[in-house]
Amino acid sequence: MSLQNATSPSNEPVIRCESVYKIFGDNAESLLKKANGAVDAAKFKEAGCIVGVNNASFDIYEGELLIIMGLSGSGKSTLLRCISRLTDATAGKIIIEGDDILKMNNKQLIELRRNKMGMVFQNFALLPHKTVLENIAFPLQVKGMNTSDSIDRAMEMVNLVDLTGREDYYPRQLSGGQQQRVGIARSLAIEPDIWFLDEPFSALDPLIRKEMQDEFLRLQSTLHKTIMFVTHDFDEALRLADRIAIMKDGVIEQLDTPANIVLNPATEYVRKFTEEVPREKVLKIEAVMDAVNADVSLGELSVNANTIIEDVAESILNSNVPVRVIDDEGQTVGSITAAKIVHVLFGEHSINLSETTS
Amino acid sequence: MISAFMQKKYLQFVALLVIFILLYQTIGPAENNLLWRLPPLIQAFPLWINDSISYMMFEWWPIDVYDPDIEEYEESPLVREFTRLTSGFILFLIEFIREIMLGGAKTIVTFAGWDWATANPWAKMPGLPWTVVAGGATILGHALGGRGLALLVGFSMTYISVFGQWQPAMETLSFVLVAAPVSVFIGLMFGIWAFRSKTVETILNPLLNMAQIIPHFSYLIPVMVFFGIGDHAGAIATVIFATPPMVRLTLLGLKKLGPEVAESGMMSGCNNWQLLTRVLVPTARRDILIGVNQVIMQCLAMVVLASLIGAKGLGIDLLIALNRLDIGAATEIGICIVLIAIVLDRMSLAWANKQTDYFSNLSFLEKNKYSLLFAVVFIVGIILAYVGQFIFPAGFNYLNIVPHNKGISIAPLLQAGVDWIWDTYFFALKGFNEWLILSFLMPVKAAYLGMPVIATFTLMMGVGLIVGGIRVALTVGGFLLFIALTKWWDRALITAYLMSVSVLVSGIIGITLGTLCAQNAKSTRFILTYCDTFQTFPSFIYLIPVMMLFGITDTAVIIAIIVYASIPALRYTVEGLLSVPETLQDAGTMAGVSRVQRWLSIELPMSFPHIALGLNQTVVFALSMVIIGAMIGTDDLGQLILGSLSDRNGVGNGLILGICVACIGLAIDQILRTWANQRKQALGLN
Repeated sequence: MSLQNATSPSNEPVIRCESVYKIFGDNAESLLKKANGAVDAAKFKEAGCIVGVNNASFDIYEGELLIIMGLSGSGKSTLLRCISRLTDATAGKIIIEGDDILKMNNKQLIELRRNKMGMVFQNFALLPHKTVLENIAFPLQVKGMNTSDSIDRAMEMVNLVDLTGREDYYPRQLSGGQQQRVGIARSLAIEPDIWFLDEPFSALDPLIRKEMQDEFLRLQSTLHKTIMFVTHDFDEALRLADRIAIMKDGVIEQLDTPANIVLNPATEYVRKFTEEVPREKVLKIEAVMDAVNADVSLGELSVNANTIIEDVAESILNSNVPVRVIDDEGQTVGSITAAKIVHVLFGEHSINLSETTS
Repeated sequence: MISAFMQKKYLQFVALLVIFILLYQTIGPAENNLLWRLPPLIQAFPLWINDSISYMMFEWWPIDVYDPDIEEYEESPLVREFTRLTSGFILFLIEFIREIMLGGAKTIVTFAGWDWATANPWAKMPGLPWTVVAGGATILGHALGGRGLALLVGFSMTYISVFGQWQPAMETLSFVLVAAPVSVFIGLMFGIWAFRSKTVETILNPLLNMAQIIPHFSYLIPVMVFFGIGDHAGAIATVIFATPPMVRLTLLGLKKLGPEVAESGMMSGCNNWQLLTRVLVPTARRDILIGVNQVIMQCLAMVVLASLIGAKGLGIDLLIALNRLDIGAATEIGICIVLIAIVLDRMSLAWANKQTDYFSNLSFLEKNKYSLLFAVVFIVGIILAYVGQFIFPAGFNYLNIVPHNKGISIAPLLQAGVDWIWDTYFFALKGFNEWLILSFLMPVKAAYLGMPVIATFTLMMGVGLIVGGIRVALTVGGFLLFIALTKWWDRALITAYLMSVSVLVSGIIGITLGTLCAQNAKSTRFILTYCDTFQTFPSFIYLIPVMMLFGITDTAVIIAIIVYASIPALRYTVEGLLSVPETLQDAGTMAGVSRVQRWLSIELPMSFPHIALGLNQTVVFALSMVIIGAMIGTDDLGQLILGSLSDRNGVGNGLILGICVACIGLAIDQILRTWANQRKQALGLN
């Protein structure tokens, strides 16, 4: 997999996974050794073992939002738990900032979690006996921060996630969305570099889910954390991700940008997944634009190459001449015609548009 | 034909019944017939226990101990030194609390020695005036739970004082205040340990099962041997009895937590200790608090029984009052015990639910208002007590302490009431009593005693076989075999007779009343409150009214058991019915069921597993009450256990008798639990 990411300033990955395996069962390790890297889930099942993660290798770069996507039982949460070391991977290397966390002892691990990691859970996992404020202050207090400092910091977080006025409520007195705001605030209280979210919005109603996704994007636009986000909701993945890893039976089927996953599904499974996805919601202008051509006269209108097609479709369709496509610096990088947009919106989806990408 | 028989359980039950009756009819009493009674092959067991305990106490593993009196090292067995140290420590704690409340010199003696104390008669803890203790407790109540709790505490303390029960009540309290925290602590530790280690859990589980059914009396005897007689022995017996439910509920609460709670704690950066103390235990606190509650209840239930091995306080007074058939005094003391139970219960709950306020900017006065208030109460109380010396005659300083039994008493009034009931309903009561005994209880008892041992085994193991297969049948058989091989089979039959008659009645009452009450929200709430309140009462309290009405007879015991044992049947029925899902009820309604059809075809089958567990509890409650019934004269196993209390070599007998009682309970538990689990599985209720 080629790993080129626009948002990463350095090429050193924050998290690097090398051949990570997680196999549940008593004789997992000996079986894995025998299999010699080629793990067959069906065979392992006969031997009484369940394959959670099968040979996962990938890098995550600073400030990147990687979404791990898959149906239930695909191993996506297991992978996340291996990387946060809530479960110990059976084999492989998980390197965070140069150190293999699988080799860390308990003390180092606690240090890592106290200073570098935050995690949000599907069912919130708030402490029922603590108020909103105490829940958020909790990671600070276990770190040893004194009460008044931790409460001050927690109060900042309460304001950040818009729960001002509810700091003395108990989790049971809050709605699901509010509880997850507390979960988010708690995970961010220690200012972690790495942020894990395990299906954070799956337990919420659709409307609240949308609202929380917006909130999440707002937070990320100011915080720029390195994020691993697990979900089974493909729309959510497309909305939020820089890159998506699609998992099936413990194997990462494809890891790529949303556009590439939609345009170039690597396997049949991924193709089925992406079949129903509306292209205009996923693709950016750059994916369908024509290369710079001096012969074509361009109009006044210009659009950024990074915009999602849907957002600018109307104005392009209303333009009589091809529209100029510019990059972040304002340089012309190509052009796009109304016909192209019509094709994306209404054309045959099975047509492979990749030949038009540069 | 055979396969039809294998499928229809009721046919199997009918066949079993037929075999049972045949056996019953054909085998008559005969001295040497093994089918009639098994030989007491393990009657030497108690003696071995006695021998090994005295070996452990007096010979095993001698260590050198420094004796300050003769200024030399002496050899003394390890166990004896250990129990001696433990006793001393616990006794010191009890005395210390007691002397804060009541005054005395023992604490000082512990540190300074008798000689110094006799030489300096002024060196004595003065003891707090009752006004200070009551006031302090009320303030604490307010601090923990607001006005309601303060009122309850204030009322209870005042009641205890003005009714002249202050001294014994404080003695009891000091003993509970030591036993309860120790039990909670030990229980919590074991619960956590079992949560952490599967092996520990597997070892603890059967022990806990056993501990819950072995009668209280049986604990008293070994405790007496190891620790002697006195408050410390009472406290230790109480701890042994009160710890198992704490262990069980801690484990249950911790196991119920989903993995996310622990994970969120770990991701918050907790180390193991923080994870345990700040995440897991507090999150499981609902169940753990029920455990604390249980501990307090058990402690107060033991108050009376612990007095049998020398614990001072309300228990011994209640025992004496009951022995004198002094219903008035017994009632007054009983109310004191119940009040202490309720107050401790509510205060511990309120303490656990307290919330901290981080933002209020309080002045010194506001921050320390409770301490300041207590200081005021303290000073005023002491001044009042001082002034009181001059107002009241010597020894009657009501502002310091209301002397024992010199307070207000409604005992004569109560006694008059009892007498009136006796005078008015003498013939009705006597008639009922005699009718019940002569035409029901006696024949049933005779029927039980006339049962050949082979018939009993066939019946019980047969039920086990039908319900749960060969494994259950063998387990049940094993429990019965243990009893059959002791020399107390007949006594055990009497216990079984008392237990089964009352369980039958309790079950019927519980299920009917529970069903009726579950029909609307108001009566549901009422009956659950009733259960909560009556469960708080130490089992001994139930003997007071029944003795008043029926004297020392089987009737009194059986009625006390029925009242006591119907509580779990009631509660579980109501809760079982409430747990029937709403959608099922709606489905029933749309199918057009009548009220009775709904009950028979939806509610009862759905709540059956729950009710079966309730019946299981009913059996446990009934058994414990049967044994306590020995205090008012029955002739079953309980009587023998009570007897071995006063026997020099009673340890072995007492323990084996206790295990016999437990075996009865465990055999029934085995059957009911299997049955409940099977129904649960069939209904998909896991």
